[in-house]
Amino acid sequence: MSYIIDRRLNGKKKSTVNRQRFLRRYKAHIKKAVGEAMNSRSITDMDKGEKISIPTRDLNEPIFSNGRGGHMEQVLPGNKEFVTGDRIPRPGQGQGSGSGGSGASDSGEGMDEFVFQISQEEFLDFMFEGLQLPNMVKRKLAGNESFQIVRAGISNEGTPGRLNVVRSMRAANARRIALTGGKRRNLKVLEKELELEESKDPALSDQRIIDQLRLKIEDLRNRVNRIPFLDDFDLKYNLLVRQPRPRSKAVMFCLMDVSGSMNQATKDMAKRFFLLLYLFLQRSYEYTEVVFIRHHTSAKEVDEQEFFYSRETGGTIVSSALKLMRDIMRDRYPDSEWNIYGAQASDGDNWNDDSSTCHKILIDDIMPHVQYYSYVEITPRDHQALWEEYQSVAQLFPEHFAMEQIVDIQDIYPVFRQLFSQKVAA
Amino acid sequence: MLDTSLENKQPISTTSEWTFELIQEYDREIARIAKEFGLDTYPNQIEVICSEQMMDAYSSVGMPVGYHHWSFGKQFISVENNYQRGRMGLAYEIVINSNPCIAYLMEENTMAMQALVIAHACYGHNSFFKGNYLFRSWTDASSIIDYLLFAKNYIARCEERHGVAEVEALLDSCHALMNYGVDRYKRPYPISAHEEERRQKEREEYRQRQLNDLWRTIPKLNDGNEQAPVKRFPEEPQENILYFIEKNAPLLENWQRELVRIVRKMAQYFYPQRQTQVMNEGWATFWHYTLLNELYQQGKVTDGFMMEFLQSHTSVIYQPSYDSPYYNGINPYTLGFNIFTDLRRICESPTEEDRAWFPEIAGSNWKETLQFAMRDFKDESFILQFLSPKVMRDMKLFCISDDDREKEIVVNAIHNEDGYRELRAKLAGQYNLGNREPNIQVFSVDTRGDRSLTLHHTQHQRRPLGRDTSEVMRHLHRLWGFDVHLHSINGDEVTASFHCPEQGRDRSEEEEYMLVPKPI
Repeated sequence: MSYIIDRRLNGKKKSTVNRQRFLRRYKAHIKKAVGEAMNSRSITDMDKGEKISIPTRDLNEPIFSNGRGGHMEQVLPGNKEFVTGDRIPRPGQGQGSGSGGSGASDSGEGMDEFVFQISQEEFLDFMFEGLQLPNMVKRKLAGNESFQIVRAGISNEGTPGRLNVVRSMRAANARRIALTGGKRRNLKVLEKELELEESKDPALSDQRIIDQLRLKIEDLRNRVNRIPFLDDFDLKYNLLVRQPRPRSKAVMFCLMDVSGSMNQATKDMAKRFFLLLYLFLQRSYEYTEVVFIRHHTSAKEVDEQEFFYSRETGGTIVSSALKLMRDIMRDRYPDSEWNIYGAQASDGDNWNDDSSTCHKILIDDIMPHVQYYSYVEITPRDHQALWEEYQSVAQLFPEHFAMEQIVDIQDIYPVFRQLFSQKVAA
Repeated sequence: MLDTSLENKQPISTTSEWTFELIQEYDREIARIAKEFGLDTYPNQIEVICSEQMMDAYSSVGMPVGYHHWSFGKQFISVENNYQRGRMGLAYEIVINSNPCIAYLMEENTMAMQALVIAHACYGHNSFFKGNYLFRSWTDASSIIDYLLFAKNYIARCEERHGVAEVEALLDSCHALMNYGVDRYKRPYPISAHEEERRQKEREEYRQRQLNDLWRTIPKLNDGNEQAPVKRFPEEPQENILYFIEKNAPLLENWQRELVRIVRKMAQYFYPQRQTQVMNEGWATFWHYTLLNELYQQGKVTDGFMMEFLQSHTSVIYQPSYDSPYYNGINPYTLGFNIFTDLRRICESPTEEDRAWFPEIAGSNWKETLQFAMRDFKDESFILQFLSPKVMRDMKLFCISDDDREKEIVVNAIHNEDGYRELRAKLAGQYNLGNREPNIQVFSVDTRGDRSLTLHHTQHQRRPLGRDTSEVMRHLHRLWGFDVHLHSINGDEVTASFHCPEQGRDRSEEEEYMLVPKPI
């Protein structure tokens, strides 16, 4: 007798936990691979999964086994030319003709790598592991885009699909008890009387009384039965209401210098930095917007394509970008609703008188409203006035302002990690 | 028989699509034929699953439930990798020694493959599980699933209470010694989940008492006869290392002992499978071949079906020769299938040679002889008894001797009159687990001194221990809690010694950490 069962709809991800355990155990390896991948990847596939390879040696589960040496005898199939007593020179050590003669797979030399794929999600997990957004999340009610349906008790109206059977039956029961209580009591009394009457000696009992009682009982029963088992107003429905859901929203301002002093390589680095930040924000917020502002002597809000690829050069006035950011913030992103992040990349060149203006705008108009402002200077040269002005801003807002220098592409990820590394609460 | 009416000769199906009705139909037909051949089976539970679920099943050694451990994750990832690269068609079947016997069919397979799996797993393996003496006496098919569930829940509870890392480390250590968690000669009690749970409390108390006694440091009052010779502990060497640890390790907490026990029980459950690989696969292969051919004889399947079946069958029993790049040991399917097939031939049409070699078997009833061969042997004794000269010739077997004292490898025996016996004995020896795994036993415990544990490795043909040894010693040390020593012994002489912590050098910080007894 056989039973045939269709299990295809059962859970498929039975091994997920084991897989996660495996990933956790080899975290160090994977992190290293992720770090390397960050540096070698092109910008557009920053957020794909990644192939991780771990030396098989490190994965080994040790057991007691026989080593090489001593006297080994083996039976092998497929003899072609040997006869008893033949002597064969020993093949080179390690690569014997029958290294796995006993069928055990203990002959692995540990040279090959165990290669596997981690998903995008896992990749990002490793990438941002241990990082934290400083001054996290204001949650605000935002617009009418997101609703949550929640239960809100019981109502008398609703669609049949939401009928609450238990409550309906309870209501019906209560109504029936209330409406028939008196009649039932009477009924009981009458029935007792009837019983008494009937139990009397036939000679003594009065048939007329019996008939009368029967009639009354019959009448009462009918009236009780006329009360409906379930009535319209017994029906109770589960009430569901739509509740607006608080959503955390973030806007990220990318400010980049596109003046003549910034070449394509520097812009590339800036772009990587912005991208990392964007991916990071996206993981922390349900909704993220990005504003691109590019500037030379004047600033302009542009789309992504233009931001990274259009060519335009000129001198440098950083404050123009900051002013534009301030205006956009005022117009579109009130800080009561938005978590605002600023990220600025520049090579540090600025019109000399302008740096103090930047300082002023930052302190008065920008820093009080943003969650975090980070500045990276992509230059191998010495710092200039802008860096120093920014340093004084950093001193005023140590929690909300960070700056780092990037020299070449290898620095981006470490610098990023440094900017957002989890700070141990004092 | 052949002149049955035309409608009976209608094949069950003509396309390669399968449906549940067709599977049922095939199963009914195969069951009927299997019964005619005298196969006795547990009831079957055939489960249709998708490839992803098959990979899940694969990575948990085929078990439908299993505790969580990273090594299963590793297994899963490598199976998944191989499958996605198309390097491995997922073997099309997994069958579990339980009652009812659970077999998995993969939804991607064609009807012919499903029928092949039904014949192979549900009637071949199943009857082997029910018939073979090792399975009959060593495992309890009716309770394994319950026990697994108990183990899984228990380990999950331990993880909650003591932390995943702690449990994982302990399981690592147990897995390292899993092959030494087996009673080879003593028949264990069948495991039952219910019983386990009931007795678990009881066991905890009992263990604690036992231990206290063993490790008692308060001197006993001596009543006159001073200096009774101190008995060695254990009095006899112990082969079941995990059992010894479970009962005697001084520092393990109760839950840890319970985990050791779980791993030990699993090892015991798989022990018969490791000893009957050739027989089990050979038997199942022989029967899928025989059953489906019979189905064809009766006109129940089409020519196309048979072509597909034979193609797959041939690749299953493909044996590359020793010098082929694909060679990876002797294929147990091939060897087993050849022996069983030849056994049938010896019974049905014996030659002179067969009469000389197998006087009791030649010309006997083949069904009974095969049943006998299946029931009462394991790989080693099976090969020793039934490997016929013809199979040795067909497979062109030869035996080489590789002695590290000699300069060259010597061919000891080949498939000829002089060589048959030696070849057979050597091949049988190759399937003796005792030869394949180093023989390591618990020798003594220094109960009065530093509580160190000493193991002895008895060398077989002077073979040394492999490279992992010191790694395993560290796991052993974690379980035992005090120093552990292992001596390789050849004859009377100690050829190698392993110690954990290693002697003659300062302990590293990590080792120091490992050595600190955990709070109880």
